[in-house]
Amino acid sequence: MNPWRIVFHLLSAAALLFLIAPILAVIPLSFSSNSILSYPMPGLSLRWYESIASSSRWYVALANSMIIGISATAISVVLGTMASFGLARRSGPVAAAMRVLILSPMIVPIVLVAVALYLFLAPLQLTNTMTGMILAHTVIAVPFVVIPVLTAIEQLDGNMIRAAASCGARPWTAFRRVTVPSIAPSLASGALFAFAASFDDVVIALFVAGPNQRTLPREMYSSLRETISPELIAVATIMMIFSTALFLLMQNLQRRRRRMLQSAARS
Amino acid sequence: MARYRKTFFLMPLIGFLLIFFVVPMVWFLSYAVRETEVPRALPRTLEALSHWQQDQPVPETAFAALAGDMIEAANSGSMADAARRLNYELTGVRSALSKASRVVRRAGAGTDFDIDFFNAIDPVLTSPAFFAVVKRAGNAMSDHYLLAAVDLQRTPAGAVVRAPQENRLYLTVLWRTLEIACMVTLACLFLGFPVAVLLTTSSEKVADTILVLVMLPFWTSLLVRTTAWIVLLQKEGIINGVLLSLGLIAEPLTMIFNRTGVVIAMTHVLLPFMILPLYGTLKAIPRGYMRAAASLGARPFTAFHRVYLPLAAPGIAAGCIMVFILSVGYYVTPALVGGPSDQMLSAFVANYTTGTGNWGLASALGLILLIVTIILYLLAQRLSGGRAISLG
Repeated sequence: MNPWRIVFHLLSAAALLFLIAPILAVIPLSFSSNSILSYPMPGLSLRWYESIASSSRWYVALANSMIIGISATAISVVLGTMASFGLARRSGPVAAAMRVLILSPMIVPIVLVAVALYLFLAPLQLTNTMTGMILAHTVIAVPFVVIPVLTAIEQLDGNMIRAAASCGARPWTAFRRVTVPSIAPSLASGALFAFAASFDDVVIALFVAGPNQRTLPREMYSSLRETISPELIAVATIMMIFSTALFLLMQNLQRRRRRMLQSAARS
Repeated sequence: MARYRKTFFLMPLIGFLLIFFVVPMVWFLSYAVRETEVPRALPRTLEALSHWQQDQPVPETAFAALAGDMIEAANSGSMADAARRLNYELTGVRSALSKASRVVRRAGAGTDFDIDFFNAIDPVLTSPAFFAVVKRAGNAMSDHYLLAAVDLQRTPAGAVVRAPQENRLYLTVLWRTLEIACMVTLACLFLGFPVAVLLTTSSEKVADTILVLVMLPFWTSLLVRTTAWIVLLQKEGIINGVLLSLGLIAEPLTMIFNRTGVVIAMTHVLLPFMILPLYGTLKAIPRGYMRAAASLGARPFTAFHRVYLPLAAPGIAAGCIMVFILSVGYYVTPALVGGPSDQMLSAFVANYTTGTGNWGLASALGLILLIVTIILYLLAQRLSGGRAISLG
């Protein structure tokens, strides 16, 4: 093995360690029996999880995050899927401009989106409301739906629809039996991405949400500004488990989609 | 027909984004050139000044008009807003105006409000410079905030000059923002490039495992990761604890609430955005090329430098620009793990919107941030052939 390779492998290992280790290193501290956030831990306990379970603060935050995330995802999926059908296989300056418009909430720095929405929603009495948060999160979530769904529609084999038609399927039946199953995995992964975008947001929540719409990240943000307790690490651990579940679901969806594309290529 | 149907499908989302994204953005950014405070609070004074030129004496009617505006504005906050706005350009005006407002209101409507009356309160209120600033800030539009955002200002006579030393801040902030973004981008490239290469050279199974290690943090909440870094890096944190107990350091290192912490935490968040596009590019480089170079007598370094790197360059550039774009607009991480001197442009935009309510300056700084972002994005699009945005 030449020395270059060794250096390369060491650097890669360091980078991967850098990515994963910090997240894993803090998890055990949530089971500590006292509040000092360092090792060695004096003993094990579940007291921090008990204190989360007994305070309404985190429940309310979780409920808010869920309501806002699911609603914003639902709206994004409907609007984004319709728009993807409208955009698919269209070229020209108008279509290009619409693509840029739909993707731009991902490019524009989130602070600007948050500040702009704050100034816009305040006179409409929509700041400090659930509706305002859902609308704001839909803006940032929608590109995450359009990107995979649009790709899936454009990769759809037109011959399959024509084949369905030649076999006697009406357009609606062909759409339901051929198009929908083909784009379903992409739609699902778009929905997951959209939910994650909403679930992870703190900046918009800082500007648009009021005390009654505080989401989990917003609640964590204010705790972090004060002091870090093992309770916060317990919350973080629970969120980590949740996001890992989302990630595994995503992996599964992508594998399914890859398999579908492969089988389509073979036939 | 199909075309119309397609347009019909597009309309709901386009309409939604126009209302809840484009209109708010344009409205917010328009504050950068809009003047609202002075026209609202001092309409009579502006009317009296409408024919006045800089080199002429201030018209007598202006003083009575100013007093009239003060009496009229007594019950709304508009005079305070205007005073704050005027004070940006002429220091001392704020206190002079609030004092004058009180005196005028106490004197009542019948008083003879002339130049001597205001001179007795504060001479600044009778100076041509004051009225020049009032007149300029009374226009519907001005370049005051745009100039202020790059540390420039206008003299009362209207010439553009650099702001006084003690008021120069925003170019420093812009420079700092770009500097932090550069450091994060380089750190991401340094750590991400080997991983991307490793991904292309390992077997499918190993590559899948590595991708899980890359994607898992990507899915983990930003707040969770920031929490982890604070716990690791703080003075009584895990890393200091380990280093102290090993005897490697005598006293705890300061690794967080400063620039180091910001760069480390941001690199952690943005590293996947470097690895994924890089991997896409590197995967497409035929492995035979390096073997061909070796068989032609190139040493590994020469082959890497002359063959691999030029082929990898577009991916490196696209990944770097993507990370740079994302880090330029960062807000949460510097706010949580940075000190006061690590706050980037975004923080100033946020603080001026909520804190002091200086929407004009927030908007002008936001415009700068947006322009930097758009230029970089167009560059990334060009380098990557229109595929700058991709999702894992």
